[in-house]
Amino acid sequence: MIMTVHVQEDLFDLQDITQQLKKLHNSGASVTFEGYVRDFDPGHERLDFLELEHYPGMTEKALLSIESLARNRWYLDDVYIVHRYGKLNVGEPIVGVVVFAKHRKEAFEACHFIIDFLKTDAPFWKKEITNQQSYWVDAKKIDDEEKNKWN
Amino acid sequence: MKIKLFYFAKVREVLGIDREEIDVETDIKTLAELIAFLKLRGSQWQSIFDMSSSYRMAVNQELVEASHTINANDEVAFFPPITGG
Repeated sequence: MIMTVHVQEDLFDLQDITQQLKKLHNSGASVTFEGYVRDFDPGHERLDFLELEHYPGMTEKALLSIESLARNRWYLDDVYIVHRYGKLNVGEPIVGVVVFAKHRKEAFEACHFIIDFLKTDAPFWKKEITNQQSYWVDAKKIDDEEKNKWN
Repeated sequence: MKIKLFYFAKVREVLGIDREEIDVETDIKTLAELIAFLKLRGSQWQSIFDMSSSYRMAVNQELVEASHTINANDEVAFFPPITGG
């Protein structure tokens, strides 16, 4: 099986991607997760935009390894993972995950698993820029807890 | 032995460097020993490496712990806890 992940500066259209992938499989279900740039973070100024840094090379490896873990754990027809980097405006998508499977349970669980692992294992860092200042976003303890639930 | 070092995000900004290649004594066998060596460079380096909660490590693009062994030509990276997604 050939797995590919998509790490890009450009916008993506997850609905279109899902429709294209649906044609390739005789799946019974798909589950989609899409994450967007929020316009606020508690205790901070209103956000102007986000800068997302990553570790080229390791990012792709980490995402492929997460996809592989999911495919070993559930029987899946297809997995699509896309993550952006660079300058991202409020409201734009940051990350997309689409999972196709024969049944809803596998699709729901695998999609949830992939986004939880991506949050702690894929080397991306967010910097928030407001009209006053810029600051690196702190990692959240809950992200580790959510991932560890899968063990 | 020669190793490549990469720094990302806040770690890169605090240290003022994004990458370097260094030649370390072969008695440095683990990441923990490499970190002790890097801390001798000054207060900025200590500020990053004094708190284990403020950084994470990868060797050859895989997340690892400080006890991980390093070898010649390894690619070692230091960066803050991950905040993608």
